[in-house]
Amino acid sequence: MRYLALFILSFVFWMLLTFDLSVANLVAGGAAALVTSLLFTKYFFHKVVKFIQPVRYFWFLVYLVIFTWECIKANFDVAYRVLHPAMPIKPGIVKVKLELKSDFARAMLANSITMTPGTISVDIIDDVLYVHWIYVSSEDPEIYSRKIAGKFEKYIKKIFE
Amino acid sequence: MVSTIFISVGVLFNLFGCIGLIRLPDVYNRLQSATKCVTLGTCSILVGVAFHFGLIDAGVKALIAIPLLFFSATVAAHALVRGAYHAGIKMGDKSVKDDYKDAVK
Repeated sequence: MRYLALFILSFVFWMLLTFDLSVANLVAGGAAALVTSLLFTKYFFHKVVKFIQPVRYFWFLVYLVIFTWECIKANFDVAYRVLHPAMPIKPGIVKVKLELKSDFARAMLANSITMTPGTISVDIIDDVLYVHWIYVSSEDPEIYSRKIAGKFEKYIKKIFE
Repeated sequence: MVSTIFISVGVLFNLFGCIGLIRLPDVYNRLQSATKCVTLGTCSILVGVAFHFGLIDAGVKALIAIPLLFFSATVAAHALVRGAYHAGIKMGDKSVKDDYKDAVK
């Protein structure tokens, strides 16, 4: 099942990327998707049933809207700090406790954090995510955990777990 | 018209990202501006391209490139930050906090 799911996913991706319905292209795409699914299935989701649960797609769309908004805010934030003559930065690395358990959800959260205002995820050790923050605005772990990860964590939980 | 606006905004943000790359003090902060501004700027240019061509092959390819760019940029930023830290590059003078130091040892 997992092999099939990854095969279909990579095949659809190939078709969108090449955008060509000729037989030669279909065969080439099939071969590429086959190699991909054979090599990388061990890194794929463990429960592919999740792919056919519509409610997850709904939450994914909600997440996408929120994420895009945060992303745009992030850009104005960084642009402001860069263009301001005095450069109002106060960088540091802070710890954020993770509530998500599965690897894929964690990777997704780390990616989202990297794209949002002034933060880059550095490393995950055990259950703690280390985040480089361009403006450390509070000393309290509770407050900054919520500020950095809280917005996304609940949606990612609904999508992937 | 819409495509022109998107592409102009994208170019502008790419410019901000490059200014940040020069102005900010250390490698960690520079990566902040390099990932955020440059990724969104380039995504904006790609959306503009998609609007310009419509849903034919060039437009769809531009849209497909967005998630690819997104994942590669974030993963590259993570790898560079982590690599820089482990290579012993110090954080700039303005830094106020470093929780990672204890975890690495």
